[in-house]
Amino acid sequence: MSGPEIWRRWALALPSVVVIMLFSILPLGVVLVYSFLTPGDFGNVKWIFSTEGWFSVLFERNIFDDTISLSDANLTILLRSVLLAIVTTMITLVFGLPTAWFIATRAPAQRNLWLFLITIPFWTNLLVRTIAVQEMIRSEGVFNRILLALGIIDAPIQMMFTDFAVLLGMTYVYLPLMVLPVYAAIEKFDFRLAEASYDLYASRFFCLRRVILPLIRPGVIAGSILVFVPALGAYVTPRIMGGGKSMMLGNLIDLQFGQGRNWPLGAALSIALTVLVLLALIWYTRLTSGRKENDHV
Amino acid sequence: MSKRSFDVTRLPGTAVIAMTCFVILYIPMAILVGYSFNAGKVIGNWEGASVKWYGAALQNQAFLNAALNSLILATTASVISTLFATMAALATTRTEKFRGEGAIHIILNQPLMVPEIVLAIALVIIVGQIKQMTGYTGLGFLIAAHTTFCIPFAYLPIRARLEGMDLSLETAAADLYASRFYTFRRVTLPLLAPGILSGFMLAFVVSLDDLIISDFLKSPGQDTLPTYLMGELKRNLTSEIYAISSLLLLLSVLIVAGSWVATRKKD
Repeated sequence: MSGPEIWRRWALALPSVVVIMLFSILPLGVVLVYSFLTPGDFGNVKWIFSTEGWFSVLFERNIFDDTISLSDANLTILLRSVLLAIVTTMITLVFGLPTAWFIATRAPAQRNLWLFLITIPFWTNLLVRTIAVQEMIRSEGVFNRILLALGIIDAPIQMMFTDFAVLLGMTYVYLPLMVLPVYAAIEKFDFRLAEASYDLYASRFFCLRRVILPLIRPGVIAGSILVFVPALGAYVTPRIMGGGKSMMLGNLIDLQFGQGRNWPLGAALSIALTVLVLLALIWYTRLTSGRKENDHV
Repeated sequence: MSKRSFDVTRLPGTAVIAMTCFVILYIPMAILVGYSFNAGKVIGNWEGASVKWYGAALQNQAFLNAALNSLILATTASVISTLFATMAALATTRTEKFRGEGAIHIILNQPLMVPEIVLAIALVIIVGQIKQMTGYTGLGFLIAAHTTFCIPFAYLPIRARLEGMDLSLETAAADLYASRFYTFRRVTLPLLAPGILSGFMLAFVVSLDDLIISDFLKSPGQDTLPTYLMGELKRNLTSEIYAISSLLLLLSVLIVAGSWVATRKKD
């Protein structure tokens, strides 16, 4: 490509590039810098270099005798975030894969209707959907009312503000994100291959495991990453469903910039969360690009 | 051959799980909509059917302001981001690899790789200081932030459309002595229109959906629908909140239905 043509292309991309540099990459750089500063007395930072923010991600210092111990509170939240994100991904896969299969194997006219039904929650405001799940399990909510009316329980069961509530909420809101990419993969699947395997006396399970699953794998991986990444960085759903009792990383970060008044720690946690997400995405590109090479063989 | 006795597309149990899935997805939303028609103020205390909370919402100045803010914000951010994303898509497709193309690609996708709460914190640090220094507290910050995270969403469908487009039509136009601009306006742009439309709609919905970044960056009086709803949720859970939620639900149903009709026509 000639020089002027390259310039022309750069000029076309420039507005987007400048906007993202100014309002996303530059602020992220500031967060990185802040993670190495000293907390101010009333929030904000003092411009004194310190690694205390990063240190506090995993450790805490006893204020009386300066002994160092692992920070149980932060570790619990870190572990909970990763575990809840993984379990959410697994549950959405267990429900999402059969649902995607079901939709993809309908007659075309029917298929669009089912797809439409998955698309509506997908496009519906996340907060509205979280409010809807909250209604199901809050103390005065649907489940407790039904159980009380049936006389199964005497007092409402406290389901809100637990890990279970956060898990339920995240599974509910992220389920459509799993179904759509898996559906796209199954729709492209050539069912003659399954037929061939059955002709060769494969059992249903064998065919599923050795023929179908390997071929729809890219869709499964894409769906998993689409659920895992927002689940790991979730803020709204754990805030409503988990409250102060079942916090995730996003809420811990928010806390440091609010009541916690430890901006460097909040900044370090932000960078740590971003790195975790990037690792997941790199793992994803590795998996899928490996796939493409195999396809050519 | 008569009806096949063995259907390869059938997997035992999938229909049951799929139905469970749809029931689980729709029951909470149905209950939410149901309770929005409750005459009583306390959710769950059914005191007869009524649309009075819809009436109350439509007379609630704070809600109307939030709706107006959301509309202004989503429209502005999605128009700007779609325009920028279209230009960027034209720059990065249908070309041999050029110097810096990889960098442009990473930058365009970068907002997708960062959790929203992190971007919100990052922006609030900078915007807080700009607000202090300049005294400006207008919608500009929100528009800039929304435009930023909308660009990748607008970019993806437009780029996909461009990559699937047939170059021969443009070559034909050029052969017939059409100028570069004329070819773009009369050939490329009409072919690209469905991609631009879906990019715009995606950006619009993503902006409308945003809670975290708006909540962190807003100045007093700049509530959007989600931030207003979140605030009300903390203050008092009444049937009016469910009415407002149902209105938002209706809006997304309309948008989905609208986009389906639009894409059907194009096909």
